[in-house]
Amino acid sequence: MSAAPRVVLVDDHELFRAGVRSELDGLVDVVGDAANVADAVALIRELAPDVVLLDVHMPDGGGLEVIRRLAEDPVAARFLALSVSDAAEDVIAVIRAGARGYVTKTISGADLADAVRRVHDGDAVFSPRLAGFVLDAFAGSPPAPPATPDADAEADLDQLTPREREVLQHIARGYMYKEIALRLGISAKTVEAHVSAVLRKLQLSSRHELSRWAVQRKMID
Amino acid sequence: MMVGVATTPQQRSGAHVRELRRDPEHGIVAGVCAGIGAHFDIDPILLRIAFGATTPAAGLGVVAYILAWMLLPAGEVAQPSRAGEIARTGRAAIEIALGAALLLVALLLGLRRTGLPFSDVLVWPLMLVAAGGALLWRQSAGRDGGRDAAAPAAAPMQEAAQAFGATESRPVVISRIGVGVTLVVAAALVFLQFTGALAAATDVALAALVVAVAFVVIFAPWFMRLATSLSLERAERIRSQERAEVAAHLHDSVLQTLALVQKRAGDPREVAALARRQERELRSWLSGARPGAAGERRLAAARQAAAEEIEQAHGVAVDVVAVGDAPLDRDGEALVAAAREAMLNAAKFAGDAAPVAVYAEAGPERLEVFVRDRGPGFDPAAVPADRRGVRESIVGRMERHGGRAAIHASPGGGTEVELVMDRAPS
Repeated sequence: MSAAPRVVLVDDHELFRAGVRSELDGLVDVVGDAANVADAVALIRELAPDVVLLDVHMPDGGGLEVIRRLAEDPVAARFLALSVSDAAEDVIAVIRAGARGYVTKTISGADLADAVRRVHDGDAVFSPRLAGFVLDAFAGSPPAPPATPDADAEADLDQLTPREREVLQHIARGYMYKEIALRLGISAKTVEAHVSAVLRKLQLSSRHELSRWAVQRKMID
Repeated sequence: MMVGVATTPQQRSGAHVRELRRDPEHGIVAGVCAGIGAHFDIDPILLRIAFGATTPAAGLGVVAYILAWMLLPAGEVAQPSRAGEIARTGRAAIEIALGAALLLVALLLGLRRTGLPFSDVLVWPLMLVAAGGALLWRQSAGRDGGRDAAAPAAAPMQEAAQAFGATESRPVVISRIGVGVTLVVAAALVFLQFTGALAAATDVALAALVVAVAFVVIFAPWFMRLATSLSLERAERIRSQERAEVAAHLHDSVLQTLALVQKRAGDPREVAALARRQERELRSWLSGARPGAAGERRLAAARQAAAEEIEQAHGVAVDVVAVGDAPLDRDGEALVAAAREAMLNAAKFAGDAAPVAVYAEAGPERLEVFVRDRGPGFDPAAVPADRRGVRESIVGRMERHGGRAAIHASPGGGTEVELVMDRAPS
């Protein structure tokens, strides 16, 4: 993308908003910020940004509520969840609601700008932690039969293919997409395709375990 | 007639083993029919019908019955098993109820014949009461018999009682009680209706109902308020306990760390390490893993502890991503020890570069740990033989426990230690 993506920042901590604004200064175009769900919905409708950086946890419902309210009349903006909270059930819920990725707030400014650009380009952004959550969520189901990326449409939504697992494991191990491509001998675009396929499965799967996952996880641990 | 036959001396002293006696134990009124039935091995029901049937004939049946009552000595008669069984089965209960009712009808009709003024108002309700009462009494008597089964009663009775207990199912008992109650209540209503007292009773019932409704309307809000305030109070108490617990924990952890951070403000590395340690501790506390919770040791917890230890000792961030968990056995301990060594290595050589990334997966077949740093990297082949860290603590330890370790390192691309331990099939 030639122009810097226009970003709206939604977080209830003013200090954090200020910090992110200054870190992203010059890298992306932060056009506005909001501190609560109602303001965020109004602002996003008004400014029509490319990307919304969304705090998972806010007093009045958080990122999940923002996505839900905007879903009544869908906007073009893509959502990237940003949080200190590593509570798996919250993160998975926001991703299932439609966020294109999840990064932790400890991410550096440059990495965050990079993630924003990738989400803007339509890619999915998986942090190592999210990759771990997703692997955990799909754990216990047998691997799906290997599918070529173009045959993905028919792939079982409840299962990951061995290749998808492999890619996710590498992300969880802290590898960049480029490094994963190098290690697995595939192109970076293919890595992107696998991650996007996983995101799609995560959002579309009606797997009981996935929606009830948080509860189940607590029972097992 | 039958009474006459029954009382002939020769029969009383004859070959019959069983003496002719009244048997109040098994009878309905005075045990005349039961006693005679037992003596001649006749179903007492038949005798009762006979008494009933002869009653309209100038009250013959009743007179005969009363005579027999007076003449026959009361006594326990060993009931023939057949009669005992019949008497104790459910069908018999109904028959007896019917019999009692008929008997009464006979008595009343007979008395009416003699000119006594018995009106229908009395006859029909009494008949219903007799039938219903017989059912109910029968029921409670049966239960007593069952309870006293251990008492030194006649053996056949015990058997009968046992058979009774065994054959009577709960629904049957309940339905029988229900029928009995219905009959008695119906009798009462019929009687009241005939005598005109029902209207008065209705008025009383209505008045009671109105008073009850008024009470409910007046006191319900008060009761509900009381209940609500009780539960509110309870919730408040729980909440304040929780708050005290949270406050205590924050005081011990977060406030202490903040004080330390202020003291060490000049050392960014130290401050960052303190902040991370506190964050991790708080996070695990929030997720419900209270420290000190007893139980088996788990792989994830041990690994987490190792990561925190390294982080604290070397001031390097260690990001742990874990999938799955397993109980900590000896192989698992070896794996954690090797992983700890790998993290230590990474922390030493990675320097200030990006955090050490640890990925651990506990699958059904194997346990895997990847420790990755973004340091300058090194050539595994160039590691001198005396470097015990990698060779002994990591590779050697894993191999001794049936696992394996591999080191992927490329100059400029960081180092990754891969630890794999196959799980014993269990």
